[in-house]
Amino acid sequence: MVFNMERRTTPFAKIYLIAIFIILYAPIFFLIFYSFNSGGTMSHFKGFTLEWYRSLLDDKRLLIIVLNTFAIALISALIATIVGVFGALAIYSFKKRQTKNTVLSLNNILIVSPDVIMGASFLILFTIAGIHLGFMSVLLSHIAFSIPIVVLLVLPKLNEMQPSLIDAAKDLGATEWQVLTRVIFPYITPGIFAGFFMALTYSLDDFAVTFFVTGNGFSTLSVEIYSLARRGISLNINALSTVLFLFTMILIVIYYFLQQRSHVKTMGVRK
Amino acid sequence: MKKLIRFFLVSALVSGIILYAISSLNQSEGYSSGNTLTIFNWGDYIDMDLVKQFEKETGIKIVYETFDSNEAMMTKIEQGGTSYDIAVPSEYMIDKMRQEDLLIPLNHNKLPNLQYIDDRFMDLPFDPDNKYSVPYFWGTVGITYNPTLLPNKEFKSWHDLWDPDLKNEIILIDGAREIIGMGLNSLGYSLNDTDPKHLAEAYNKLQKLTPNIKAIVGDENKLLMQNNEAAVAVLWSGDAADIMWENEDIDYVIPEEGSNLWFDNIVIPKTAKNVEAAHQFINFLLDPKIAAQNTEYVAYSTPNKEALKYMDPEMVQDERFYPSPELTDKLEVYENLGKKNLSIYNDLFLEFKMYRK
Amino acid sequence: MNNRKMRNLFMIPYALWIILFVVTPIILVAYYSFFDIEGYFSFANYKKFFTPVYLKMTLSSFWYAFLITFFSLIIAYPTALCLTRTKHKQLWLLLIIVPSWVNLLLKAYAFIGIFGKYGPPNQFLEWLGIGTKQILFTDFSFIFVSVYIFIPFMILPIFNALNELPSSLMDAATDLGASKWTTFKRVIFPLTIDGVKTGCQIVFIPALSLFMLTRLIAGNRVITLGTAIEQHFLVTQDWGMGATIAVFLIIFMFIIMILTGTRKRGV
Repeated sequence: MVFNMERRTTPFAKIYLIAIFIILYAPIFFLIFYSFNSGGTMSHFKGFTLEWYRSLLDDKRLLIIVLNTFAIALISALIATIVGVFGALAIYSFKKRQTKNTVLSLNNILIVSPDVIMGASFLILFTIAGIHLGFMSVLLSHIAFSIPIVVLLVLPKLNEMQPSLIDAAKDLGATEWQVLTRVIFPYITPGIFAGFFMALTYSLDDFAVTFFVTGNGFSTLSVEIYSLARRGISLNINALSTVLFLFTMILIVIYYFLQQRSHVKTMGVRK
Repeated sequence: MKKLIRFFLVSALVSGIILYAISSLNQSEGYSSGNTLTIFNWGDYIDMDLVKQFEKETGIKIVYETFDSNEAMMTKIEQGGTSYDIAVPSEYMIDKMRQEDLLIPLNHNKLPNLQYIDDRFMDLPFDPDNKYSVPYFWGTVGITYNPTLLPNKEFKSWHDLWDPDLKNEIILIDGAREIIGMGLNSLGYSLNDTDPKHLAEAYNKLQKLTPNIKAIVGDENKLLMQNNEAAVAVLWSGDAADIMWENEDIDYVIPEEGSNLWFDNIVIPKTAKNVEAAHQFINFLLDPKIAAQNTEYVAYSTPNKEALKYMDPEMVQDERFYPSPELTDKLEVYENLGKKNLSIYNDLFLEFKMYRK
Repeated sequence: MNNRKMRNLFMIPYALWIILFVVTPIILVAYYSFFDIEGYFSFANYKKFFTPVYLKMTLSSFWYAFLITFFSLIIAYPTALCLTRTKHKQLWLLLIIVPSWVNLLLKAYAFIGIFGKYGPPNQFLEWLGIGTKQILFTDFSFIFVSVYIFIPFMILPIFNALNELPSSLMDAATDLGASKWTTFKRVIFPLTIDGVKTGCQIVFIPALSLFMLTRLIAGNRVITLGTAIEQHFLVTQDWGMGATIAVFLIIFMFIIMILTGTRKRGV
């Protein structure tokens, strides 16, 4: 049963949400605004230009970097989610509270670790293991630091789940596998999606860890942008971010409306 | 459950497509071919047109990576893992890398264009005889200020920063050596001083500066000065040049007690695979016309005397960025103070940052 | 039972991850913490941590992390609540996450522009006649931007928790005569406390090691443990001291986990 579908959105709620969205998007619009600036910086708006966007078309290297970033983000989020879900299931299945808490604490160490330390220690690990620095090492690292957050977002859902559900299913003759796929997974799906998107966010945002473990020409957007800091970010980065941002928005809207249509077709059972 | 599986399959498919796109792009750009040169440089620190030109002229494919701090760069080189053929550290880092045996000596026979470098910038303490490095860009540390915001204020010496009228107006670079060095210089000491008494004096003097400090930032100080967020900043000359390009009110001055002379030099790390191509590239960059074009893009000061002839005379005659030999004699290059002293400097600096409240 | 074998099989990747990427780095970090800057085995680093400078830094980090978590919570909770009452919940949720995919450095630069002397807030203040104020490099701007960055992380778990509440509970409470506030206090909030805890963990713990934001927005007027670690690892290359601070961070994390650990059963 879903919470409160019937209660109308109060005007207060609407205003509050709008205010939050305005604040959330203010910097983004700031960046988009200046991506059209013919003056080179984000301070004085001199005039309108599309030159920054045009310069993107020529920059093959930047394109490869963007694609690298997406590939790493998607793949690491996928794998991290899978491993994380199993990890959450594992922690959930421990009977002793002590084991639970120990493993959970171990799980969270990477969240608390400063990126620099993670990056440095992973680098040492990879060097000892002789792993070639580049796509693989970055991917492994991103999976590594995304797993904890998936666990943290899936576990509460597992804990909330009433054991009676499982008992009922078993009583009705479900096998272990069916309990897993027909009862548990559907229940924790929101947690899984949350974990996936957080993992995506962690990956897209990361700079320090990626910087340390990358090599042989492999670079992500964050590393490139941070390296520009000493010299100043030129507005083609603004243009790039705008393009990526719009692209993401369009994807989301399309995805959502596709979803809506499929729901209408199945005559609205449960969401 | 079905929704989950569908979602994952779609994502996996999209990832596959992206991977395919990457590999085909890499191939079309020639990254997978044999003769490559891997360069590790600061962000936006070379005219990429020159990179393309080099590739066209020699057929060597360049793999380009960037870093944002000397220490991060050194950590990566130390750990191995990637074989960089060329790196561009700052002078104090070169000293360190030299001592830790991380560099390959350069074969000057392969670098005939070395003759065009101003002698002032050769054979400096951090790399005697330029055994391991070649100057790339150089500059100074000084004071930038906006005269229109501070009428009647002159900045001739470091001491002028302590003016009580400048409350909350100053931005400092986030660098222990630079700031402690500034403290030392203002007392007449060398900025390589390690005498604990002098350091304590400098620290005390710096603490008195605290009310005037608005922020201690790294690279963002350029942005802040451009926006007139502060009236005064202690900056590197390269940054100052960039700011003055955007905001014409601003002026730059090197204090008379002395200051820091910094260099970014090109080196070949020990783990380099293509030493031959590395030499070719260095010689290419030393060519006066190439250096001139690069300098026009990067806008820092070039050590290439011959290149100056091909550049805009206004830029070249600007004493602020091309100070006379008399002035550069007064400036000091950072010496490697050793780990222990460096640690002391950094601890002092950390305390200094925390003191401000 | 053959399901146990299956379960163990599934757990292997996770267990592997823990050993390789959690336990091994901890051992590495602990190992390094016992070496001083000259490379000799010593407890000097630990001694150094207990000096006023570092203790002050620790307290300051905790204080800021607490403030950031607190403000994130009081802003995120109502947001999550309002979200659950809209029609296209998942869409709005996604839209809240999307800004966090824009690069942090870029957003920080945008904030430098926004909070600057000539940015919109100050222009508004000018128009009101109050005059421009120094917004950047203050505690306010630092906490504001940090909360901005962490908000999606706090909203997500709370939203998930809220979303699962059966509305029958709410109806029952109202039927029994409870006011909206009482319903919230006695029914809604306690049932979502797990989500709140998760959110706090995801925000508080990383907030202790913030170093990018302290540099960019706080202008290094705020020094967290993360800043110090970054300095030691990169600038001084005193991996020993950096590792020591990291050890303490890990210990603090364990303590926090124990203090806020889950003990109960479901409803």
